Amino acid sequence: MRVNVTVNGEAMTADDVWEGESLLYALRERLGLPGAKNACEQGECGSCTVYLDGVPVCACLVAVGQAEGRSVITVEGLADGDNLDQVQRAFVECGAVQCGFCTPGLIVQAHSLIASSSGVPEDAEIREALAGNLCRCTGYEKILDAVRLAAARKAAS
Amino acid sequence: MDFLRPTTWAEALAVKAERPEATPIQGGTDVMVEINLDKGRPAALLDLNPIAELRDWTSEDGWLRIGAGVSYTRLIDELGGWLPGLSQASRTVGSPQIRNRGTVAGNLGAASPAGDSHPPLLASDAIVEAESVRGVRMIRIGDFYTGVKRNALEPDELIRAVRVPYAGGPQYFSKIGTRNAMVIAVCSFAIALHPGRRAVGTGIGSAAPTPRRAPEAEEFLAGELDWAGRSPVPPETVRRFGELVAQAASPIDDVRGTRDYRVHALAVMARRTLGWAWTEYRGT
Repeated sequence: MRVNVTVNGEAMTADDVWEGESLLYALRERLGLPGAKNACEQGECGSCTVYLDGVPVCACLVAVGQAEGRSVITVEGLADGDNLDQVQRAFVECGAVQCGFCTPGLIVQAHSLIASSSGVPEDAEIREALAGNLCRCTGYEKILDAVRLAAARKAAS
Repeated sequence: MDFLRPTTWAEALAVKAERPEATPIQGGTDVMVEINLDKGRPAALLDLNPIAELRDWTSEDGWLRIGAGVSYTRLIDELGGWLPGLSQASRTVGSPQIRNRGTVAGNLGAASPAGDSHPPLLASDAIVEAESVRGVRMIRIGDFYTGVKRNALEPDELIRAVRVPYAGGPQYFSKIGTRNAMVIAVCSFAIALHPGRRAVGTGIGSAAPTPRRAPEAEEFLAGELDWAGRSPVPPETVRRFGELVAQAASPIDDVRGTRDYRVHALAVMARRTLGWAWTEYRGT
């Protein structure tokens, strides 16, 4: 089947899509956007987190047909060209990236948390927001640092 | 596989009548796992996302009618004050990303004995609104679960909404798992006090082939509580309540826990949630 979806502001079409395939597969394998990562395929790890109509979701659990006519923002859509989004910048500055596999999902989820917060969220709130994103390099402390930094900068701006 | 995409509820019912083998998909948090891990391949997916009216909830005569497309996140944010038990249970579902997509109706459709919303729905006497081209059927929650991952829906029926009465008293939910997020319950328990009719509601999760109530425990406790004087519950009553809840379960040993552990944990959760609920009642 054919699926029409707006990804990172651009109208895209995928043809010959298998009806049971996930939005994640379509993004990575058909639309040339490998930012969202494919790991657990069951919503456990959060590596594939993208925005669907402004709401963060696991792209592996959205049937691609469900994205028909809707808007998706992936990690690739957060930066303005070479100008990184403030969450991305904070991850770089805080060394919140080790192997990098979980990073795209964490960045989208953290981006959503910060966008909906006024001020710097409490640690408990950050941990709860990121509870569905697994990092197996055990880099959570620096990830928390990055989220606090990005939130503080947003609050100050 | 076919991907069926009705845009109105009437059309969805017509499609389901014509293709009863189609699997409805709303949040996809169960259905897509099955497909991704190749555990099962539906003949067709019936996407309910485009149907706007499913995303509404309404309130009338002391009941909330929660559309089948209302996510856990929205339920917690918008209905938590009226439905504390269901809201607490919803907060333990998966992760934020899962709660953004998953729905109570999806939990009911999957009818897993471990589903988090079932115990509070049982404790508060919810009603499942099922519909087909033949008409609407109101199914009492106690009649809804018919076996492991089986429910009372007919092949041509879809869940339109779940109806839950406003909490008339304290409601609490407790769940055992290895961590806070992304946990399928080892076992779970919900209690609801109904002071208006001096009754107690309970719900047991993940400790029997289906979610179920503990009727003997409910009756016993309702008769023992000092509803008018609000005096503390005697320790012996608390202990007996826990015992009766545990006796109502019929758990098995599986990958998440043993039968014995579940029996023990249910009694603990029953005593604990009763403590919270009665403390709240005494303070109101």
